Amino acid sequence: MARSWATKPHIGLWAIGFWVVLAALPLIGFVSDSPSFDYYLFMGQSMLIYAIAVLGLNLLIGFNGQISLGHSAFFAVGAYAAAILMVHASVPYWLAIPLAGIVCFGAGFLFGFPALKLEGHYLALATFTLAIAVPQLLKHKSIAGWTGGVGGVLLDKPDPPSFLPLSVDQFLYYVCLIVAMALFWIVFNLLRGRSGRAMMAIRDHAMAAGTMGIDTALYKTMTFGVSAAITGMAGALSAITVAYVAPDSFTLQLSISFLVGLVVGGIASLPGCLIGGAFIVLVQNSSQSISDWMKDAFSLRYDVPAWAIYGTLLLLLMFFLPNGLAGGIAAIRGLLSRVTQKT
Amino acid sequence: MEFFIQQIVAGLTNGAIYACVALGLVMIYVSTDHINFAQGEMAMFATFLAWAMIDAGVPYWVAFGLTIMVAFFGGLFIQRVILKPLENAPVLALVVCFIALLSIFNAIAGMIWSFTIKQFPSPFPSRDLFGNGLVSAQQLGVVAVTLVMLGLLTVFFRYTTLGLAMRAAAQNASSARLMGVRVSWMLALGWGLASGIGAIAGMLVAPIVFLDPNMMAGILVYGFAGALVGGIANPLGAVAGGFIVGVLENIVGSYVIGNELKLSFALVMVIGVLLLKPAGLFGRVIVRRV
Amino acid sequence: MIRRRTALLSAAAATFAGSARAEKKYGPGVTDTEIKIGQTMPYSGNASAYGVAGRLHAAYFRMLNETQGGINGRKINFISLDDGYSPPKTMELTRQLVERDQVLLMFYPLGTQTNTAIHKYMNQKKVPHLFLATGASKWGDPKNFPWTMGWQPDYHTECKIFAKHIVANHKDAKIAILRQNDDMGNDYLSGFKEGLGAGWEKMIVADATYEVTDPTVDSQILQLKNSGATLFMNITTPKFSAQSIKKVAEIGWKPVHYLVSVGASVGAVMRPAGIENAQGIITAQFAKDVTDPRWANAPDYLEWKAFMDKWNPTANQLEGSNVSSYISVHGLVHVLKACGDDLTRENIMRQAANIKDLEIPLLLPGIKVNTSPTNFYPIRAEQLARFEGDHWTLFGDLISADAG
Repeated sequence: MARSWATKPHIGLWAIGFWVVLAALPLIGFVSDSPSFDYYLFMGQSMLIYAIAVLGLNLLIGFNGQISLGHSAFFAVGAYAAAILMVHASVPYWLAIPLAGIVCFGAGFLFGFPALKLEGHYLALATFTLAIAVPQLLKHKSIAGWTGGVGGVLLDKPDPPSFLPLSVDQFLYYVCLIVAMALFWIVFNLLRGRSGRAMMAIRDHAMAAGTMGIDTALYKTMTFGVSAAITGMAGALSAITVAYVAPDSFTLQLSISFLVGLVVGGIASLPGCLIGGAFIVLVQNSSQSISDWMKDAFSLRYDVPAWAIYGTLLLLLMFFLPNGLAGGIAAIRGLLSRVTQKT
Repeated sequence: MEFFIQQIVAGLTNGAIYACVALGLVMIYVSTDHINFAQGEMAMFATFLAWAMIDAGVPYWVAFGLTIMVAFFGGLFIQRVILKPLENAPVLALVVCFIALLSIFNAIAGMIWSFTIKQFPSPFPSRDLFGNGLVSAQQLGVVAVTLVMLGLLTVFFRYTTLGLAMRAAAQNASSARLMGVRVSWMLALGWGLASGIGAIAGMLVAPIVFLDPNMMAGILVYGFAGALVGGIANPLGAVAGGFIVGVLENIVGSYVIGNELKLSFALVMVIGVLLLKPAGLFGRVIVRRV
Repeated sequence: MIRRRTALLSAAAATFAGSARAEKKYGPGVTDTEIKIGQTMPYSGNASAYGVAGRLHAAYFRMLNETQGGINGRKINFISLDDGYSPPKTMELTRQLVERDQVLLMFYPLGTQTNTAIHKYMNQKKVPHLFLATGASKWGDPKNFPWTMGWQPDYHTECKIFAKHIVANHKDAKIAILRQNDDMGNDYLSGFKEGLGAGWEKMIVADATYEVTDPTVDSQILQLKNSGATLFMNITTPKFSAQSIKKVAEIGWKPVHYLVSVGASVGAVMRPAGIENAQGIITAQFAKDVTDPRWANAPDYLEWKAFMDKWNPTANQLEGSNVSSYISVHGLVHVLKACGDDLTRENIMRQAANIKDLEIPLLLPGIKVNTSPTNFYPIRAEQLARFEGDHWTLFGDLISADAG
C-alpha cells in the first residue's frame, strides 16, 4: 500500500506536472487585479509550510512506525533558530532555513536516543509531555535575551532580490515552494533507496529487520533526526512568512493539528502530506462556518466549538477512512481501474 | 527547615491529586494495555455533570453516586462503541482516538459551562486540622479516599475472580479467551471502572483547584509522570508515584530550578523513568516473548 | 474602492469639522447599507475563556442592527474569527479579513502576542487597528504606529498605580509577588518596578511565577510567605486569584494584599475563594463589577442586564469580560456615529483620536474616555477599591497615570 504510488509508471510526470502547476499559480498575480491575491499567496505559503511539517511527521510515523505527539516542539525549535539567527546574527534567510534544519536534526537525533527504548503508547506519552513542556521552556528568563521571553521575536520579511519582478508575497511563496520541492524530492529518494526500505522494514517488523542485519537503533534515531529537521525547516519558514515567533504559537494544539493533517492526508502517503497541509489551513478557516451552519441546521443553543468538530472528524476518519484522503483516492482509483478493466 | 517541611506537605497534598488521577490511568493500562490521554478530560467532564446536578438542587452524595454511575456507563459505552471496532488497529489509530476524545470533551465542557471557574462543594469540613493551615481537611480527605480506592482496587485485582479475569484479558487476550474469559467485556469493564475512578478524582480535586474545563490539563502530565515513576501496571506503584512526583515537583521548584521549569522537570522525569526503569519503582518487568 | 458621491444629504448626523456639505466617503467594506468590521478572538485553545468578549460584541451588533437598523442607517456586518490565540493564525485571519473580506477596520482583537504579530502589518496597510483587547502598554504610540490604538488601562499603568500607593502608604513593606508567566505578568511587573522607583530591588523580596497549566499555586504561596514578606502583590487570573486568596488565608499569612483588576471579580473570584478570606484586599478598577451588590440598582447595570438576558443569554454573567467588552463596543459605536457619512479609514482614526470626555455605561463614575492625536490611551484612569463585607468600596481619587 505504502509504496505502490512510488512504483507507478509516469509517477514522475504526475509529480512534475503538479509542482509546475503550483509554481505557476503566483504568476496569476500579474494578470489579476484582485486585491486579495496576496492573501491567497499567504495562504499558499501556510499550506506549503504545514505540508512540510506533516511530511516530517509522516516520515517518522508513516514510514518508520514510531509515533510523536510532540512535533510542535521541533517546529518551535526551527522557528526560533531561524529567528535568532536572522535577528541576532544577521544570517540571511536562505542560510537560516537549512541551519535551522541542522539544529533540529540535532535535537531530534538526541530525542531519538531515549525514544529507542519507547514503543507505542510510551513514546506517545513522552512526546506528549515534550509538547507541553516546550512553551514554558521557551519563556525561560535564562534564554530570554535571545528568545525574547514571552514577547517573542519580531522579524523583517526578506525582500525579493531586485532582479525579480515579484512582490514580497509572491517571492515568499516561491521560497516555500522551493524548500517544499527540495524536501519532498529528498524524502522521495530516501524512501526509494536502501534507507527507505530499512526504515519501512523497521516499521513493519522491527525484530525481523534486526535479524536481517539492519541497525535498527541507528535508523530509528536517524529517522527521528531527519523528521525533526524537516518539521523544523517548516518552522523556520513559518517564522519568515509570519515575521514573528512567540511561545504561544507552539502549543500542544499545534502538534494535534499536524496529527490531524497526517491522518486526513493519509499515513505513509507523500501526496497525502500536501493534502494534509492544505486541509489544516482550509478547515481551520472554515470551522467557524461549519459551526455556524451546525447551529442553524440543528437549532443549537450554543456555538459548536472548533475542537469538538476536529475531534469528531478524527474519530470518523479512524473509523471510515483510516488511510486518509489519499488512501481514499487510491481506493477509488483502484475501484475505477477494476471496473474499467472488466468492461 | 519549617519551610522545607511545608513544601513537602504541600507536595504530598498535590501528590494526592496526582495519585488519584494516576489510579485511573493504571486502571486503563492494566485492563487494556493502553494509555488513555483523555482520562483527565473525562474526569473533568464527569465533575461538571456532578456540578450541574448539585446546582440543580440534588444533594451532594446523591450527585456523587449518580455521577460515578454515569461515568461508569459512559466509559463502558466509549469502549464498546469507539474503541472496540479499533481493537486490531495499530497503536497510532488508538492514540489518535484518545487525542480526539480529549479535544471533544474539553471543547464541549467549555461550550456548555464556559470557562469561568466554579466552586465545587467538598464533603469534608473546611476546618484546618493542625492549626497552621498546612493541611486542610479537604486535602487529607483526598489522601484518604485515594488510599481507600487503592485498597479496594488491589483487593479486586488480586483476590477476586473478576479482577483476575481482567488482568488475564489485558495481558494475553487469546489465552484468556481460551479460558472462557469474555475479553472484550473485560476491556469495557476496565474502561467503566477507570472512568468511575476518574470521576471520583475529579470530584475530590475540584474543591481544591476550582472547577473549569482546563482543570485537568496540567494535572494530567503530572499524573502520567506519577503513574510511570511508580509503575504504570501497579496501582500501589501509581499512588506512590503520584506522591513522589508531587513532592519532587515542589521541592525542585522551590529550591533547585525555580517555578519556570517545572514542566521541563516533569518531562525529564517521564523520559528518565522510561529509560532507566520503565516498569517504574514498584513495577515488575514484563518480558515479551517473540 | 472609495466611492465618492457628492450628495447634499443634510439629514446626516453631525459631521466633523463643521462642513456644511455632507459628502459620502467610503473606505473598504462600507456601502450605503453596511459596514464590515473584523475581529480575531481565541474561541478555542487555552485562552478560550476570553472568547466571551467576541460573543458579546456579536450580540450587541445584532441588537443594534435589529432594533436601530445599525449605525446611521448602515447595518454592522461583524466578522469575528477564531485564532486560537496563535500569532501565525492571527496573521492569516487578519490578512483574510483585510485583503479578502475588505473590512473597514479591526476591532478589539485579543491578545498581546497575537496583536504583536499583526502590529506592523496593520500600520503598513493603513487599516485602523482599534481598541485592542490587551493590557500591554505599547499600543499607544501614534508617532510610529498611527493606526493602532489600545483601549483599557494598561497593565503597566495599573501596577504603577499600585506601586505609588504602596510607596505612599507602606514604605517599609517587604513585597512578595505572584505572577502569571506570560506577557500580562511581565507587563504588570515592569510597571510595578517603575512605580516603586529606584529602591525596588530592596523592596521586592520574593517573585514567584506560575503557568496557566499549573494545578495549584500552593507551593508558590508557601515560598512567598517564607520570604518574610509583609505585602503581597497578587498578579493572577481569576482561577489562580481564587486559589491564592484561599491559600493565603489557610496558612495564616496576613500580608497587605494587592490584587490586579483582572483577578478581582466578586462573583468569579471572591466568592469561590471565600468572602471572609478576601477582606481588606485592594484592587484598582475602571469598570463596575456587576456581581457587586452596590450597583444592583444602577441604571447602566440594569440596561446591561437587560441586554445580556435578551441578546446574549448563554453568556455567564459572572465573567468580567462581559463588562469590559460591553464598554469597548460603546466606544466603537461612538466613533462610527461620529464619522457620519465619511467612513474612510482616515476619518475613523481621526474620530478615534478625538474623543472628548465620553461617558460609557458601566465605567466607574467619573471615568471618561479621552483621546487626542498625541494620546492613544483612551481610558487611563482607575480608582482604588478595598474589599469590605461582600463588595468593593472605592476610596481615594481617580488616579490617572501618565501614559506608558
